[in-house]
Amino acid sequence: MASSILILITIFVLAAFVGFEVISKVPSILHTPLMSGSNAIHGIILLGAVLVAGAAHGSLQIALGTVAVVLATLNVVGGFVVTDRMLEMFKAKPGARRAPGGDAGGRS
Amino acid sequence: MSLGTGRYIAYLVAAVFFILALKGLSNPKKARIGNIGGAIGMLIALVMVFTTSGLHNLWEISLGMVVGVVVGVPAARLVKMTAMPQMVAAFNGVGGAAAALVSIMFFSFIDGNLATLATYKVFEVIFGVVIGSVSFTGSIVAFLKLQEIMPGRPVTYRGQQAINGVIGLAILGCVFYVLVDPTKTVMLIVLLLALVFGVIFTLPIGGADAPVLISLLNSFTGLSVAATGFTLQSIVLIVAGTLVGASGTLLTMLMSQAMGRSIPNILFSAFGSKVTASGAMDKEGRSVKSGTAEDIGTLLAYSSKVAIVPGYGLAVAQAQHVARELAQALEKKGIEVFYGIHPVAGRMPGHMNVLLAEADVPYEELKEMDSANSEMSTVDVVLVVGANDVVNPAAKTSPGSPIYGMPIIEVNQARTVVFLKRSMRPGFAGIDNDLLYDEKTTMLFGDAKESLTKLVGAVNAA
Repeated sequence: MASSILILITIFVLAAFVGFEVISKVPSILHTPLMSGSNAIHGIILLGAVLVAGAAHGSLQIALGTVAVVLATLNVVGGFVVTDRMLEMFKAKPGARRAPGGDAGGRS
Repeated sequence: MSLGTGRYIAYLVAAVFFILALKGLSNPKKARIGNIGGAIGMLIALVMVFTTSGLHNLWEISLGMVVGVVVGVPAARLVKMTAMPQMVAAFNGVGGAAAALVSIMFFSFIDGNLATLATYKVFEVIFGVVIGSVSFTGSIVAFLKLQEIMPGRPVTYRGQQAINGVIGLAILGCVFYVLVDPTKTVMLIVLLLALVFGVIFTLPIGGADAPVLISLLNSFTGLSVAATGFTLQSIVLIVAGTLVGASGTLLTMLMSQAMGRSIPNILFSAFGSKVTASGAMDKEGRSVKSGTAEDIGTLLAYSSKVAIVPGYGLAVAQAQHVARELAQALEKKGIEVFYGIHPVAGRMPGHMNVLLAEADVPYEELKEMDSANSEMSTVDVVLVVGANDVVNPAAKTSPGSPIYGMPIIEVNQARTVVFLKRSMRPGFAGIDNDLLYDEKTTMLFGDAKESLTKLVGAVNAA
């Protein structure tokens, strides 16, 4: 048992270094999409939510599990869709067509 | 190959996709494909989780996912670009809540009987509960502030730091207590304290420090997801959660560097809640030159290079479209225009770039601070729109100033400076800006959007 926790800790430490390294040179123009994108990635908690909801017994546990699934799904889809919308706009060229989705923005 | 092995490998593939997604998001050309790669990794992991044996309640789970998609997709599609920071805060908050719930569920599976678990296992559960809960309620407060349901300025009261300190220590104490004597009651107390702590630690953080706050809460949720990964012994949860936790921490550090302040200073000092008295006194007896939109329009129309420095005020007034119209009007007259973007301008890291991209500003015209500064001496007119602290020369020249050491956009290097401001009120940091009284500075008072609209008319008429 102790060896399995050690393996998990090893993975944790290595992943932490990867996380630092991989974004160390990100230009500030991409800070918002990066944050929103990493926000979507922690939506992987949906996997954990499905596992616990799938093991739930009794109405309270099932209700809590379902709530966790709803919240985690929101995190996943919201995160990826918002990020994609932002990145889509960075491609818009001067005087070209309006950025898709842009007509929702700030013209009220 | 057994199904279990196949699933394990699929999770590993998903984890690699997440790393590549973050890698891609560091490069403007590969960002979009990187994000789509992340979504593919998520899909792989999700399909495979349903092959887990002994999964019950599939109807409820499917229903939950359908509800999440039906609510989440329209919300994400329809949100305005100016409202993006609070949207990210909201999605971050629900992620934190989900992580806390997963840990709580695990706790209830063993009937709250933590004594049966190894000590490190108890620690994993309680870590997930505490950090997930803090991230959840902290994000809610951040959302309410950014949505302006709550005042954006720091909320302070007497003894605030002492109260926060006591509750923080109480949480730590309970965590240690649970490790020694794992009982249900203490676990519930920790949960409640963590939910409260998320609120009270966010209250004193002001709107202009929101970029740092959101970034920090993002990394909190990542860490709580990693903790649930330990609890459920799921490698993909650990890798994805840790990636976000680490990259979020790095981003938080970059943000606070860009403000020239330490992270503790941003979190605990209720910065900007009080205006320094000396600043208020200095003002008297000094004259300010204020101009009309026509004067400034003419000035702009007869220059050859113009820089626009947008700040928080432009974001609040939603003036990014008018700013672009002005730039286009100037470009039509053959005038070179660029935007100088301070890294913390706006309400989340890099927010200003997104707002201007939304207004179809080509991103070649967006210059980061360093390259903007290197061109500043060749600029005829700088338009500072709704920014103050990020262009305040006191950050370079007066060591006593609270913002001393903060990197700024050196608009004082340009030939003339025009400030578009509502009033002479100092900026968020509450520090007077000498540049406002400088000979080469002209003020154009009023709402950023209205002033810019008038300028467009004046430039076209000139």
